Amino acid sequence: MRYLPLSDANRRDMLAAVGVKSIDDLFADIPAAARAAARFELPNTQGELEVERHMSKLAAKNLPMSDAPSFLGCGNYRHHSPASLDYLIQRGEFLTAYTPYQPEIAQGTLQAIYEFQTQVTLITGMEVANASMYDGATACAEAAAMACRVTKRAKVLLSGGLHPHYRDVTSTSLRFLDIQCDALAPDPLGIEDLIGRVGQDLACVIVQTPGFFGHLNDFTALAAACHAAGALLIVAVPEPVSLGLVKPPGEMGADIVIGDGQSLATPSSFGGPGVGLFATREKFLRQMPGRLAGETTDEDGRRGWVLTLSTREQHIRREKATSNICTNSGLIALAFSIHLTLLGEKGFRHLAELNHATAVSLAEKLEGIKGVKVLPGAFFNEFAVTLPKPAAAAVDELARRCILGGVPASRFYPSYPELANVLIVAATEMNTESDIAAFAGALKEIVS
Amino acid sequence: MTAADTTTGNAGLAIEQALIFEQNTDSATGVDLAPVPHTRRKLGALERKAPIGLPGMAEPEVVRHYTRLSQKNYSIDTGFYPLGSCTMKHNPRLNEKMARLPGFAEIHPFQPVATVQGALEVTDQLAKWLTALTGMAGVAMSPAAGAHGELCGLLCIRSAHEAKGQGHRRIVLVPESAHGTNPATATLAGYQVESIPATASGHVDFAALKARLRNDVAAVMITNPNTCGLFETECIEIAAAVHAAGAYFYMDGANFNALVGRVRIADLGVDAMHINLHKTFSQPHGGGGPGAGPTVLSAALADFAPVPFVVANAGAYGVAEHVGRDAGKAAFGRMKGFQGQFGVYVRSLSYILALGIDGLRQASGDAVLNANYLRAKLSAELTPAFPGLCMHEVVFDDTWLKGTGVATLDIAKALIDEGFHPMTMYFPLVVHGALLMEPTETESKATLDQFAAALLALARRAKRGDQAEWFKAAPRLAPRRRLDETKAARKPVLRWRPVESHAGGNGGTARQAAE
Repeated sequence: MRYLPLSDANRRDMLAAVGVKSIDDLFADIPAAARAAARFELPNTQGELEVERHMSKLAAKNLPMSDAPSFLGCGNYRHHSPASLDYLIQRGEFLTAYTPYQPEIAQGTLQAIYEFQTQVTLITGMEVANASMYDGATACAEAAAMACRVTKRAKVLLSGGLHPHYRDVTSTSLRFLDIQCDALAPDPLGIEDLIGRVGQDLACVIVQTPGFFGHLNDFTALAAACHAAGALLIVAVPEPVSLGLVKPPGEMGADIVIGDGQSLATPSSFGGPGVGLFATREKFLRQMPGRLAGETTDEDGRRGWVLTLSTREQHIRREKATSNICTNSGLIALAFSIHLTLLGEKGFRHLAELNHATAVSLAEKLEGIKGVKVLPGAFFNEFAVTLPKPAAAAVDELARRCILGGVPASRFYPSYPELANVLIVAATEMNTESDIAAFAGALKEIVS
Repeated sequence: MTAADTTTGNAGLAIEQALIFEQNTDSATGVDLAPVPHTRRKLGALERKAPIGLPGMAEPEVVRHYTRLSQKNYSIDTGFYPLGSCTMKHNPRLNEKMARLPGFAEIHPFQPVATVQGALEVTDQLAKWLTALTGMAGVAMSPAAGAHGELCGLLCIRSAHEAKGQGHRRIVLVPESAHGTNPATATLAGYQVESIPATASGHVDFAALKARLRNDVAAVMITNPNTCGLFETECIEIAAAVHAAGAYFYMDGANFNALVGRVRIADLGVDAMHINLHKTFSQPHGGGGPGAGPTVLSAALADFAPVPFVVANAGAYGVAEHVGRDAGKAAFGRMKGFQGQFGVYVRSLSYILALGIDGLRQASGDAVLNANYLRAKLSAELTPAFPGLCMHEVVFDDTWLKGTGVATLDIAKALIDEGFHPMTMYFPLVVHGALLMEPTETESKATLDQFAAALLALARRAKRGDQAEWFKAAPRLAPRRRLDETKAARKPVLRWRPVESHAGGNGGTARQAAE
């Protein structure tokens, strides 16, 4: 077997050195009956070519976005990935390194984390950021729990514009901590009243920008209302490319900003792995979950980085830790950071402009279809439309024509019949004029 | 010897690399994007005004920057990485190649399910391997890492208790040798943690455990093989006692690499166990992640598994995404966005198919053989913490360093100069000055011999008795010497800031970034 270097002669020599007769003897501590019961009807080893054939066959059963005009978003976005990005994250010294517990021989990972942390603070307008969480949804749950620790309150309010998966992951985790989680109904028009619901018993309000239905909102007044009531404002940003063009949550007064870096870091990959972004104010640092890289010096006075403030974390604090997170999403965070470095200030803003312009073009085209309405409000690269028929059926019909034409709201809100005709569409720099024309043309036929 | 006596501070191939923020060439960019077409703007009043402050660099500079950073890392590709309880094994590039097939990489979590049948089949095939290898009734695929899988298991357990009117059970018993995530997870599940002592032989103190199994106990979490590298020989009896007390048995599967193809954990009486795909099934660690922690479940718990999960209907796969609709009412909720760690599933399935059941069984055998071989060789100078054979990892205490002035940490740092990644140090907590080594099955005998020779030579040097100063000065040859962690924690500098702060927007004061 190609992954196993020991030869039979090696094994014999090593068994002799250990003082046992066979490898099976090494497992003598496992109850014999349990060992005897272990019979498996499973296939044996295969060569690389056979595995490739098997996996390629499975891959061929999917319709990838690279083969179809696609307008899918809802928290996971397809952007162009520079060739150097994938090359760099596949360097074995990044790919096959562990968590940087020995800083003297992990400065590459540590410096990259420190740069990542800084980039996240810059784009969100916040003061500190951690080394990453699993994804945006789990980062959201962690932020809600952190707000409860900071405020010593046990009630949170979730906007109807929050991604339903962020909502569900957050409400699931808070339920078991006996924290009340009030989730507002879906808000396709972006008109819900949050300020009127902010009370003295609230730990935080969680909102999203751009919202799940695409809306851009200014949360400055909401932040002020939260702070007046002693609550925190948490802002989710599932599409970080928006931050190249849109006022960042930090400027609106957010206390915690969470998000998912997938869109800049990694292909959609059916939604995972992504990378959770987590940024906050310095005053809340000690309540923050996750790893942090910090600057220091070595014995020769040279600048270097270490993992720091680990007294917040599970391996030191055990049951009193701020989170149980250990493995995070380091490599995807690195990819996010590399892409932002390649873009730079100029490229990041340019990419955001391109996305917005493409989405505006798409909205104009779709608006021209009889019976299709773009829901009102400001947006970045994603917006919702209503169709004259159920969106799920339209999407299935589009897929049969090899067009991935958005996500029906009913996929997330099956118990809201009033959303049955709502379709959420996203456009990025990947969409060409002919993609848009094909989508609009097919949709026109389907809804007429 | 100190930092290189060169003008640049570089030392041959070891090149100092400034932060990206210090290399900023304002208008530079590493991407050339198409011109922005002229359209209306629909941003309302929310357009960003102030500069962001991101540095700009051309592509060659970016590639060089990260290549140089990578060269400051130790990795499994470049050397032996015997970190105990971390299972640093070879990461076949086949898995990377498969994950990048457009049919896997370029699919969206919310495409119509008819267009992602192959993806659902990948998830289902991996799930079937995991349940077959463990003999368990079901598996929750979505947890993103080991600790996340632990939480999944405990939330299934809590849901099962609540369904039976046993919600008053709020205690989780965790051995003191456990990984820190176990007690941290129990807290997140809303439970209180009580510690169970270890015996002198490194096992769970079964008598103490039994004595504490009252009707307020919800679950017992035991790592097996445990963090001392030993199989919990009384595992089946422990499971029976736990069940007799009305509680559930959670097994931490961080060390499953030792058991694959050798025993089905269902036959040990386990109710739930997470599997670290980034340990046992070769998802690369990537400097900290991503991983995945699918959690196998007994029949008593399987109905409580969170959404989403794949359902195999006649002729087609579907995905259950809504509790009480396409998923049963018992499902406890959702733990992860989208469809789980799909890219990790692709890698692990490729790895499992490559090995097959015969290869997996050989792998666990070689992993345990390699650990025992190291144990035998190193016992010439080092003191094993426990007598007898070990499983996939071996732990030594620091008795052998007594009176030398040299500590476990110093041995680890000296190993760095010898070209090896140190073992896990000072863990498990129940072993004084612990040195925990896990060689894995993907190391050759020659590598183990080189490592043993280096460590034995260091041991003999330490035992001379007058070498403490030499050891304290290690490492000398790494990209950095020992770093001041106290300074890092006392005045945390967690981000770069410009030397002169122009905007007051972040409320921060200007801070000198580099000396």
